[in-house]
Amino acid sequence: MARVVVDVMLKPEILDPQGQAIVGACDRLGFKGVAQVRQGKRFEVEVDGEVDDAKLADVRRLAETLLANPVIEDFELRVE
Amino acid sequence: MAARVGVVTFPGSLDDRDAARALRIAGAIPVALWHGDADLRGVDAVVLPGGFSYGDYLRCGAIARFAPIMSELVPAARSGRLPVLGICNGFQILCESHLLPGALTRNSSRHFICRDQLLRVESTATAWTGDYHTGQEILIPLKSGEGSYVADPATLDELERDGRVVARYAGAAPNGAQRDIAGITNEHGNVVGLMPHPEHAVEALTGPSVDGLGFFTSLLAHLAAGPVPAAATAR
Amino acid sequence: MPEAPQLDTVAKAAGSPDSPQPFAELGMKDDEYARVREILGRRPTSAELAIYSVMWSEHCSYKSSKVHLRQFAEKAPRNDALLVGMGENAGVVDVGDGYAVTFKIESHNHPSYVEPHQGAATGVGGIVRDILTMGARPVAVMDALRFGPLDAPDTRRVLPGVVSGISFYGNCLGLPNIGGELGFDSGYIGNPLVNALCVGVLRHEDIKLAQAPGPGNKVVLFGATTGPDGIGGASVLASATFDEESHAKRPSVQVGDPFLEKLLIECSLELFAADLVVGIQDLGAAGVSCATTELAAGGTGGMRIELDRVPLRDSRLTPEEILMSESQERMMAIVSPDKLSAFMDVCAKWDIVATVIGEVTDVTPEEAERGGRLVMTWHGETVVDMPPRTASDEGPVYERPIARPSDQDALQADTPDQLPRPANDAELRAQLLRVLAAPGIADPSWVTRQYDRYVLGNTVLATPHDGGMVRITDDGERGVALATDGNGRYTRLDPYTGTQLALAEAYRNVAATGARPHAVTNCLNFGSPEDPGVMWQFAEATRGLADGCRELGTPVTGGNVSFYNQTGSTAINPTPVIGVLGVIGDVRDRLTSAFPADIDDARLYLLGTTRDELGGSAWADVVHGHLGGLPPAVDLTAEAALGRVLSAGASLNVLAAAHDLSDGGLAIALAESALRGGVGCTVDLTGDPFVALFSESAARVIVAVAPTADAAFQETCDRHAVTATRIGSIGGDALRVRHATGGFEIPLTELRTAYESTLPSVLDGE
Repeated sequence: MARVVVDVMLKPEILDPQGQAIVGACDRLGFKGVAQVRQGKRFEVEVDGEVDDAKLADVRRLAETLLANPVIEDFELRVE
Repeated sequence: MAARVGVVTFPGSLDDRDAARALRIAGAIPVALWHGDADLRGVDAVVLPGGFSYGDYLRCGAIARFAPIMSELVPAARSGRLPVLGICNGFQILCESHLLPGALTRNSSRHFICRDQLLRVESTATAWTGDYHTGQEILIPLKSGEGSYVADPATLDELERDGRVVARYAGAAPNGAQRDIAGITNEHGNVVGLMPHPEHAVEALTGPSVDGLGFFTSLLAHLAAGPVPAAATAR
Repeated sequence: MPEAPQLDTVAKAAGSPDSPQPFAELGMKDDEYARVREILGRRPTSAELAIYSVMWSEHCSYKSSKVHLRQFAEKAPRNDALLVGMGENAGVVDVGDGYAVTFKIESHNHPSYVEPHQGAATGVGGIVRDILTMGARPVAVMDALRFGPLDAPDTRRVLPGVVSGISFYGNCLGLPNIGGELGFDSGYIGNPLVNALCVGVLRHEDIKLAQAPGPGNKVVLFGATTGPDGIGGASVLASATFDEESHAKRPSVQVGDPFLEKLLIECSLELFAADLVVGIQDLGAAGVSCATTELAAGGTGGMRIELDRVPLRDSRLTPEEILMSESQERMMAIVSPDKLSAFMDVCAKWDIVATVIGEVTDVTPEEAERGGRLVMTWHGETVVDMPPRTASDEGPVYERPIARPSDQDALQADTPDQLPRPANDAELRAQLLRVLAAPGIADPSWVTRQYDRYVLGNTVLATPHDGGMVRITDDGERGVALATDGNGRYTRLDPYTGTQLALAEAYRNVAATGARPHAVTNCLNFGSPEDPGVMWQFAEATRGLADGCRELGTPVTGGNVSFYNQTGSTAINPTPVIGVLGVIGDVRDRLTSAFPADIDDARLYLLGTTRDELGGSAWADVVHGHLGGLPPAVDLTAEAALGRVLSAGASLNVLAAAHDLSDGGLAIALAESALRGGVGCTVDLTGDPFVALFSESAARVIVAVAPTADAAFQETCDRHAVTATRIGSIGGDALRVRHATGGFEIPLTELRTAYESTLPSVLDGE
């Protein structure tokens, strides 16, 4: 079993109210100097066997079609 | 022969009974469609109702998009042939399916909002809004947590230019929607997505008004007028 | 993988009678443990100890409250409408046309303090499953919420979390939230009260009971898989019995999945409709322990369970952890073998995991005498062999010591009479605005706007009206109305009267919608039952409720007790929350609390009598921070007469609006009705204007009457011997108050700002 991690983040231009709320909370809790927080999602995709280029391409397609919505989100892949 | 209009139930659909009731009150025959059947049962139009399909756990509408029923619905809708109204979660499903541009994101307040919302009808050239007049103000419930419409500026400009903004929030959008957009349509005018719930404004007793009924009576008038979609000329 | 702990079997228990067991850590007393040993004739296995410890806990056994709760049945008024009474998952009430409704309110106070979002969410989930279990389709929810002061830092953590949890779970289930309460008091810091109510509708013939008849019938567990949620006791048991280090401390926060619950509802209703179950029980507190012992006790008394067949989310769970898990969204059904395959097909359609984990067995007369026989095995080895009735029905019962608190006399002697009262119109006006803006009275929209009130399309009334009302079928006219009320301040001053006042207010709220009050549920929130003062409050409160229900003719159909709501030795104000359900023949007759803006010169009447009663009032609290004296007097005969006028007035269409008078008295009722209708009023007060505005005398409502209906209205009041006093007229854009020596006026815009700003000013941004 190998693991491919897919990190999905809202695109920089899309409003992230949850991230903004966290910045507000940082301030109240005394964590000064937090300029920005953006909240994203992390998917851990377990695949059988080794991750080769073909498998990685499969996971990339999965990310494009299901895990992320390219209209509002960017994603990154890495093998762990 | 009254029009037969399908209402799709996905696991987690909630306002499917309400959509069926609204169609019945408008004079249509509602037909229950099941997400797992790749069969539209010959209906004349389809409503994708509100709710939390598949729990909305990944993204609202993201999983419903791949339901078997959608394999039949998407091509028919895209061709301009089949009128489809997506309400709330249905609107999210239409965006995820790329039948409509843009996406719905979390309300700027982060909270779910349930309120009686004044809308301004911007386009009557769709299969679902012919009975309204442009600029008409209608009061219908808004109830959603991820109802903030977003799209890139070019898409927004194109929607405005082509008259494809169907309705806007009167006053400021309560959820942060760009350009106060509450509903849009596709280039043919047969597919409409709307964040507020017209099916909950069809009886004076249970809704804030009966202003929502127009969406359903418009459809019936549109279907009665003939098989050619009202705005199919853009093809 | 940690090493599998040793299995404690019945054989092993018989052979090691002196092996020490962590019963005290599980909350069991010495004599309770001794009684378990006596029942079994040996020491219990770890699994049996798990079952007895949860089933005999205060939460499941009602061991401290039982002797007091009996009055609800003993004093119950005869009422043919009651189809199922106390003791089942929820009471069932006939509402006519072959329909029945079932309703219940339940607390989730402690979990909501620990993790507000999940605690409140799973509270909604639990009460909805109780209603579903009766065979009903859940149709609406309500929430009675109480927090510490609005500006307390912990309230800003707990309140938004609780509200988001209710919103998340209830909205996702597709149940309209039609009302409830929002209160604040310093006693609720560290002890928020989260009481959730659900109502469901069913046909008479569809009532389901928690029983397992018929040897050979299958025991099926369906819904979520079982994980370590909510296991507090089991980790004690595991770690104290076995290696201290081998078990990581399990999380005790239960996590809810409303999507799964929605599927479970639809799946269960389809199972019921196809007549595929003979008995059913939901899994709430005490999970599999509770479901198996109660189903077995309600049936033949015999059951055999293979615990290792329970589908797990965490394969490391031990038998005792499985027995104590409070994983949400699970149900247990008893299914006859010939219907099993149809049952499984329905579950598959809804993607619900269903597993046969055992079967109903026959018992010998000797076994029946002992309380039945429940046997559980774990991979073939017997880990439980006990009489189930001894756990479910024959738990300990305590007559706890009772003592009137020593400060009670001083508290009652400290009357509000010596408090400075407003000296002039300017002070009256300012104090009206202050009370209107006080948390608990001010606009709760910040909370209620997060709840879907429209889904299902049958909501006729919801917040902010006096009660919620839903149509019970899509195409009929029949409806039910519900209201909950509680006032910890009144109950602290006099628990007997305070509880009757809560009952009277809920009754009046339902009547003010035009519905006829029918039945009662209750959620009794108190401090520790081991404190004789708290137990006195509890005894007085239950006596007051039982007496009040007998007098009003509205039986208690069920309820819930929540003890130990206290921080250190300081208990909350005793807070019985009373829910009343009413029936209306035609929902189109319903009354709202909004002044009518579309009737010219509508007349304003006050029904009932105003006395100088300010003990425990909102005015004393908000303006003076004072709690003392006696609460307002109760007159249930007057409440019943008032109810008859309102219900007759609604069906005869002589009333244009009705609003009950409670916290803040006439002043607040006028302001609320004016704001809701968007139209002002002018009132002429006789006597002391301060008393007229702020007294909280019970059995009062204001009504609006069209001039054309005036004669019929007077006749209705006369017929029921209710005093109607004309106090003014509706119209204009201000609240105008006139009295013998002057008056004042407040524009609606100013009222609105005071009313609507309070919650957003503190909570926005949370």
